[in-house]
Amino acid sequence: MSALENLPEIDNGLLRFLTCGSVDDGKSTLIGRLLFDSKTILADTLNAIEKTSARRGMSAVDLSLLTDGLQAEREQGITIDVAYRYFTTGRRKYIIADAPGHEQYTRNMVTAASTANLAIILVDARKGVQVQTRRHSYLASLVGIPHLIVAVNKMDLVDYDQASFERIKADYLAFAGQLGIRDVRFIPLSALNGDMIVDRGERLGWYQGPTLLEILESAPAAHTERAENFRFPVQFVCRPHDSANPELHDYRGFMGRVESGEITVGDAVTVLPSGASSRVKAIELGGVPLPKAIHEQSVTLLLEDEIDISRGDIIVKSAEAPEPVKQIDATVCWLSETPLSPARTYLVRHTTREVKARLAKIDYRLELNTLAHEPASGLAMNDIARVTLKLAQPIVADRYADNRATGAFIIIDESTNNTVGAGMIG
Amino acid sequence: MSTLTKQTLSHLDWLEAEAIHILREVAGQCANPVLLFSGGKDSLCLLRLAEKAFRPGRFPFPLLHIDTGHNYREVTDFRDRRAAELGERLIVRSVEDSMTRGTVVLKHAGESRNKHQSVTLLEAIEEFGFDACIGGARRDEEKARAKERIMSFRDEFGQWDPKNQRPELWNLYNARSHKGENIRAFPISNWTELDVWQYIQRERLELPSIYFAHTRPVVRKNGLLQPVTELTPAKDGDVVEDVLVRFRTVGDITCTAPVESDADTLDKILAETATTTITERGATRMDDQTSEASMEQRKKEGYF
Ligand SMILES: Nc1nc2c(ncn2[C@@H]2O[C@H](COP(=O)(O)OP(=O)(O)O)[C@@H](O)[C@H]2O)c(=O)[nH]1
Repeated sequence: MSALENLPEIDNGLLRFLTCGSVDDGKSTLIGRLLFDSKTILADTLNAIEKTSARRGMSAVDLSLLTDGLQAEREQGITIDVAYRYFTTGRRKYIIADAPGHEQYTRNMVTAASTANLAIILVDARKGVQVQTRRHSYLASLVGIPHLIVAVNKMDLVDYDQASFERIKADYLAFAGQLGIRDVRFIPLSALNGDMIVDRGERLGWYQGPTLLEILESAPAAHTERAENFRFPVQFVCRPHDSANPELHDYRGFMGRVESGEITVGDAVTVLPSGASSRVKAIELGGVPLPKAIHEQSVTLLLEDEIDISRGDIIVKSAEAPEPVKQIDATVCWLSETPLSPARTYLVRHTTREVKARLAKIDYRLELNTLAHEPASGLAMNDIARVTLKLAQPIVADRYADNRATGAFIIIDESTNNTVGAGMIG
Repeated sequence: MSTLTKQTLSHLDWLEAEAIHILREVAGQCANPVLLFSGGKDSLCLLRLAEKAFRPGRFPFPLLHIDTGHNYREVTDFRDRRAAELGERLIVRSVEDSMTRGTVVLKHAGESRNKHQSVTLLEAIEEFGFDACIGGARRDEEKARAKERIMSFRDEFGQWDPKNQRPELWNLYNARSHKGENIRAFPISNWTELDVWQYIQRERLELPSIYFAHTRPVVRKNGLLQPVTELTPAKDGDVVEDVLVRFRTVGDITCTAPVESDADTLDKILAETATTTITERGATRMDDQTSEASMEQRKKEGYF
């Protein structure tokens, strides 16, 4: 592929994916290889890593250096945070969320997975399915990633042996069923040599499936293929009050993003939690009218009736209006070094609404290695638990499994304003 | 995996929708935000995104430029004109005023004022009580930015602590801050240089003239083209050449180098960007060459 062909011609949208694996499984090398083979690495960057590779006495360029992190991390020799990388092919733009595999892993992986539609789970061909592999797969399914690719890496170190690959595939499938992961694909790779990533290479002739990049190019960009209910959380209300322009005098635009579903001019809508109803008079973007708006589009809605609506309200189609709730059951991942204190009041941020919340109970804490349920009275960083929360005001929620946008929330500690927890309703 | 059936946004539409969502979150969550506007291409994209986000209303924030006093006239003139056309309020605060106050002290008269912008920015934040600054930084610009949050938290001293950043999940941004603290919001975090140029072309955005190829006297130094200006005159022994160049970033005259190019239209710039072999900062920032970690250091000191 030449770099000029990188100019998107057929726009197949944007795909966000996540890479996960244990330390040394080859995650950095794989990402480096994708960037390198898609010609996204530029000359001066390559020059710098060539110098570093030579200084460290390596014969070939170490592509893992491309994803080398911050000074603080380099000094400590660890990676501490999710990094985002970008590459473009002739068809698509990609955003990679690269989560490191150390103690803070659960937290980082949940963060990286929350915006991804596909996960690549790396397995070392010599080691096969590990405890970590199961953890990553579980977390990916928990956060609702619809497509998984199990990449069996370092095939060169097992002489590109098909039997090793098939064994790992069988092992993986044996537990994947339990997790309810629907779309799993397996691919043998050598990230180091570049086999089956962008080019097929010479040594994996027995593998008939697509290359890694081919899978990425054809994966659906939408999070789900199901038709979803229309959900439009109001972010901002536009009232220009322009005395010079009488047309704008009564203008009231409700600004937000279509978090799911779609909306057409004339549709009957209900505003929640108040329950007031109206019809869509106009849909605009930057003052320009649109006939309809689809999932993920940021627009402004104008309604036929004058209704009092403010930030934090949510506009839905009248036929699909859910009941506002003041108590939620959720799976929570604790993100903060400061443990959850069951006695305290926290802030829950759900779509554009913030409400005070208290813990009603913890059903159980999940032991990630065995998926066993354990009793718990508090939560520490990286814990995952089933909890019930009581809310000071109602929210308009869906089950996370049905709707990723209206099923998710974060927990904020008001004393520090830190984001301390992430929750999925259902 | 099944074939594509559901209608989805093109990549530019998706990036635009995300940026608009972020701008509206800042407006919805913060009491007194400001948009950092330099007249450069990234901040010009921000202005178009703000129009899409808030028209027919006014922007719910003023524009702020931290002027080093070493900017190209073409860019500052353009900055003023653009703000006037939009009918939005532009605040300019200058590094020279900080020097007069004694809060910026140069090591020597010729030292680049670029890194001292941090001081003037923090002074402006205090003067106006801004609780959020919207900036045009992108994660693909530099290693130190790859882990930057979309809503990045700065303490009372404007410092960025990479270890003390809030996890950012889904599109639930947390822009809360206590008095004196500050949020830096980056709506085009997920854009690359190519995305920016494609957006400029699609939206037919006007740019300062020095982004396009023009003839300019330069001196070749350390693989960079150093423009010969009043501020950066040729030294004895320098060979001054007239070269066809364009700027890929427009910043402080003393530390922004043009690249050799005959791209005098957006189409040509796009073609060149797609085939370019040098990253934006590597080609054009003289100060970044000194240390790999210089950006990270500047961010810790309160730079964007
Ligand atoms: N032989 C071989 N080595 C690999 C392969 N992929 C990665 N490595 C090596 O494995 C080591 C760890 O790789 P790295 O990408 O840093 O792993 P990470 O910790 O998962 O990011 C490095 O020495 C790589 O060169 C592969 O496909 N084959």
